[in-house]
Amino acid sequence: MQKNDLTDYTIIGTLVVLAFSFVIMGCSPKDSESAASKDTTQVIIKNKGSDTMVNLAQAWAEMYTGITSTASVEVSGGGSGTGVAALINGTVDIANCSRQIKPKELELATQNTGKAPQEFIVGYDALAVYVHHDTPIDKITIPQLAEIYGENGTISKWSDLGITHENCPSDRIIRISRQSNSGTYFYFREALLGKTRDFELGSLDLHGSKDVVEVIGRTPCAIGYSGMGYATSDVKMLEVATASGERYYAPNLENVLAKTYPIARPLYMYSLGEPTGEVKAYLNWILSAEGQKIVEKLGFVPLANN
Amino acid sequence: MNILRKKNTANLPFSETAIELFIRLCGISSIIFVFGIFFFVFREGAGFLFDGLNLGQFLTSPEWYPTSLSNKRYGTFALILGTFSVTALAMCIAVPFGLGAAIFVSEFCSPKLRETFKVIIELLAAIPSVVWGFIGLTLMNQLIIAVFKAPIGLTMLNGGIMLALMSVPIIVSIAEDSLKAVPDSYREAAEALGATRWQVVYRVLLPAAKNGLLAAVLLGAARSIGETMAVLMATGHSVNIPSGPLSWIRTLTATIAAELGEVARGGEHYQVLFIIGILLFTITFVVNLIADLVIKGIRQE
Repeated sequence: MQKNDLTDYTIIGTLVVLAFSFVIMGCSPKDSESAASKDTTQVIIKNKGSDTMVNLAQAWAEMYTGITSTASVEVSGGGSGTGVAALINGTVDIANCSRQIKPKELELATQNTGKAPQEFIVGYDALAVYVHHDTPIDKITIPQLAEIYGENGTISKWSDLGITHENCPSDRIIRISRQSNSGTYFYFREALLGKTRDFELGSLDLHGSKDVVEVIGRTPCAIGYSGMGYATSDVKMLEVATASGERYYAPNLENVLAKTYPIARPLYMYSLGEPTGEVKAYLNWILSAEGQKIVEKLGFVPLANN
Repeated sequence: MNILRKKNTANLPFSETAIELFIRLCGISSIIFVFGIFFFVFREGAGFLFDGLNLGQFLTSPEWYPTSLSNKRYGTFALILGTFSVTALAMCIAVPFGLGAAIFVSEFCSPKLRETFKVIIELLAAIPSVVWGFIGLTLMNQLIIAVFKAPIGLTMLNGGIMLALMSVPIIVSIAEDSLKAVPDSYREAAEALGATRWQVVYRVLLPAAKNGLLAAVLLGAARSIGETMAVLMATGHSVNIPSGPLSWIRTLTATIAAELGEVARGGEHYQVLFIIGILLFTITFVVNLIADLVIKGIRQE
């Protein structure tokens, strides 16, 4: 009996010790984190959104953290919609967006947080049309792209474009697209098909700008669209014309700045309310010549006035 | 002895009741969680489910246009077919391999080899699904292009192989347990009658262990239906009615995973994704129910 008592108390004792150790383990990282931030009085700027912009935002954040000691920037991707959703919930300081914020989202954010999102154009992105580097094609028109991607489109084979694609025995055009709520998808659809026509189903909807280029680089039959900055040696960017008979423009810096390349778009950052303090300093730095240099370095197009 | 026990519980009312209560809570919690999750999923999707959604179109139309500006259509037929076809394909590969491996491990191999096998199979079960997805996206993609001359390797076959590899360890370990649970006297009796080893397996062990084997297969299938990341990466993620193992497809789970992150909270599209969740719930429920009925039927025989 004596022994039984002892074992029972030992079990309870062990449980209590375990419980305590969990509590301590659970708390300690947070404690040390807040202590660290208090020591250096660093402000953490939370930055979230567009997948297209995530590399750019990361590069900015790293560079900026090197320059200043008063702020550090936390960047995460997830898509333009994710960034705007976080802005509406008031959980980020700056949302990255590869499309313009919708009026409804603007209204929701103002309603929810009491502050109206402020818009900053921080650079331009040219959506390049990519094909595998073996594909014997160099240029394409917007109407052709519309027939490839659009619902009930008339182009489904490479021979429909008037080329013989030896590395693609099936001759079938494999359409690579993006998941249906990414900013890139919305922009590309509108640029090709306007607001009334949809994409044909059956495209491979990949989950990131980089994946698109990666898969096209491994798939000779594929065509797809992604940011200009993601090109690799396995893929080729096509020159694009607004219609047959028009001039073809390559996706490069001059053409985007001259606004002759047909599928280029501004990249936005949204702050909650008029930016102040560290957030303001950060945005100013991004718009400065130094920040814009990084835009160019990553294959995007910097603002014209720099 | 009896007196001792009584005195013991009387002496330790606190520790006994506390531990009993804790264990009771653990037991009840799983029920609470299941109902809690169902309630949450149902609450998020219910508004649109009963008011606005055309259920016939939802289940039978292959047109999935949740973000169309002019004509939103929420048809999940292609997604349902995608889920079932890739699961069926995965089971076609995994069931023979899994049951075969279980029979080998439990009946034919030496004890030393058995331990090694078990460790390796458990290791296989520990690989995260995103790693399988990555293998599918890179290695298997190119393999399928090279072997089948397919235009692209991100296909149902790719996803099916990945799912099979993921469900084989589950099937093997449960099937092996149920084969082990067959009393040795059955084996001895069969051998005494002059049966060969294969005859013992085929005529005696498999019928005797069929409940456990069925459970193994169904749990493997459930894993395949619920798997998300690997199929998102390996199947091409394309709304397409499958026409063969080399067509690219999209599953219900992958659709939720890909779209829920970027959808406006509380909007139509958001609610439809939760309705897909309800649909998945229903499918799993029906599968489990069928399994239960089948096992009960077998028992009554």
